[in-house]
Amino acid sequence: MNTKLVIASLMIGTVGLGACKPKAPDVLPPEPVETTAAVPEYQQPTGPVLGTQEHFVNGVNGLNVIFFDTDRYNIDSEDAVALQTQAQYLQRNTGISVTVEGHADERGTRDYNLALGERRANSAKNYLVSLGVDASRIRTVSYGKERPVALGSNESAWAQNRRAVTVVIN
Amino acid sequence: MRFWFFALVLAAPAPLIAQDLGAPVPQDAAVETVEQETGLSGSVTDESDWEDLGIAIASFAADRDVSTPANASGTAALGLDISRVVFNDLKNNGLFKPAGPDALPKPSFAQITAPSWPTWSNRSTEMLVHGYVQARSDGRLTVGCYLYDVALRDELARAGWVVQPRDWRRAAHKCADLVYSRLTGESPFFDSRIAYIAETGPKDNRTKRLAIMDSDGANHRFITTGRSTALTPRYSPDYSKLLYLSYVDGNPRIYVYDIGTGRQTLITENRNPTFAPRWSPDGRWILYSMAEAGNTDIFRVSSQGGPSVRLTNTPGIDIGGSYSPDGTRIVFESDRSGSQQCYVMNADGSNQRRLSFGGSRCATPEWSPRGDQIAFTNASNFNVSVMSPSGGNVRTLTSGWQDEAPTWAPNGRIIQFFRTERGSGKTSLWQVDLTGRNERKLPTPVDASDPAWGPILP
Repeated sequence: MNTKLVIASLMIGTVGLGACKPKAPDVLPPEPVETTAAVPEYQQPTGPVLGTQEHFVNGVNGLNVIFFDTDRYNIDSEDAVALQTQAQYLQRNTGISVTVEGHADERGTRDYNLALGERRANSAKNYLVSLGVDASRIRTVSYGKERPVALGSNESAWAQNRRAVTVVIN
Repeated sequence: MRFWFFALVLAAPAPLIAQDLGAPVPQDAAVETVEQETGLSGSVTDESDWEDLGIAIASFAADRDVSTPANASGTAALGLDISRVVFNDLKNNGLFKPAGPDALPKPSFAQITAPSWPTWSNRSTEMLVHGYVQARSDGRLTVGCYLYDVALRDELARAGWVVQPRDWRRAAHKCADLVYSRLTGESPFFDSRIAYIAETGPKDNRTKRLAIMDSDGANHRFITTGRSTALTPRYSPDYSKLLYLSYVDGNPRIYVYDIGTGRQTLITENRNPTFAPRWSPDGRWILYSMAEAGNTDIFRVSSQGGPSVRLTNTPGIDIGGSYSPDGTRIVFESDRSGSQQCYVMNADGSNQRRLSFGGSRCATPEWSPRGDQIAFTNASNFNVSVMSPSGGNVRTLTSGWQDEAPTWAPNGRIIQFFRTERGSGKTSLWQVDLTGRNERKLPTPVDASDPAWGPILP
């Protein structure tokens, strides 16, 4: 088989995906749990194929999204539990790279929210790196207030939208 | 294998550039100002009364009705259309309460320079606008514009312009600018353009396209196709280029789009995300904000390219930036104090100090082209406000659910911004004058945000 052709077609496929909007997470994150909760025991998932977002979400028990307070970007104890779970998955599946997407709620100016989303994505990335995940496996992108998951204009919707979502690159 | 493909894609961003662009936009021909024959010069009787001034804008006359590419029905019909544009400019900005050509007698060509005074005196109008349109042998059009004081039976101002047929609306805007400037003493602003973001689709999947239009919404054009999100455009001072943010390669980055060639280039060859592009008033410099490891600072680069200079270096988000009209200072936004506040610095980044202390968050500051005011978004209650360049005399001008991103009219007397509706997230462009009393929605084909008003056209 012609190797160049294969690479070219794979690149076109990847480029095409890059231009599309990333998929919203299939599963909404669960309500925040008590901060004293222990890090769940890691279990190798069965069902979805390694390398898919579904495999990752199952593998981290749905903890692929972390949430932030207004204008904040710090990793609180709930976020730490989620990121520790993600780090365990990434250490078990060393062929997987991820993008951390940073988001802001609609109650902010456009420019600032883009920068804030980038800061949140980097917070998550830095935490994963501090847990031993190689930085080269983690890309960040900010969507500012451009891609809300909760569509209301109220505190509950805004709290769901101030988030960093870890997405498998495939 | 997976790493390897990712690396390949990272290394090959160049071919992706420009894939989201539509057809190039035709550039303007020059508008030539010509001397107008005959008439006297005079002065306004009472400039303080201009808000209630009765002003009649009559249909522009054609010397003879001939065909023109500017109007399928010929130059006579074009004359009526030109006067309607003048009327709508003056009417829609809360400045005058004019009477328009469809409600008025039509002057003959000879009456343009010799008005039928009794006709207008009897209508108790104080000011009268006349004009004509003439097809030239070289294919262009001459448009003349005259402003008369009816009580004094005297000419106050006149001007004429030679335009390509497709630029006929520009002659109308020039006429409206002449009338506005003569009666208010302010600088003109109608003959100008706006770049903005056209929005369609549901709140969680908005399509955002770069678009441009005249100050009255005419000559609307989409620049990008909408396949990738476009945000925060800025017209270059000479209207030859647009700066804007695009996700065309999957990351938020600032591009320079050349309107003449239809090509675009990255503002800086750097892998970091870049935001919030701004021009210097002379077009020689570009400000942009760049995030490095999550920390955003403001940089300056020559519009001809070359190395970037860092202007801010603090932990936190320093973003945006707007030059004073003389180019010596920059007002910008920073959350170094813990919340978004407005700061000012010298153009080289020195002497940074905070301007806003009102207790609200201060965002997206924009220096007036006159230099006397700074407009900003109050990011605590999302109103558009103004303050003096020293941070005092704060006044709130708007009160929508979420108003943001002020941009100045070329004369610094009117501010445009965009308003977001609670719940639906629908956006629209609005403008307000400095009294806050005259506010109106701009007509756009679809929802609209991120307006950027360019300077007066030459």
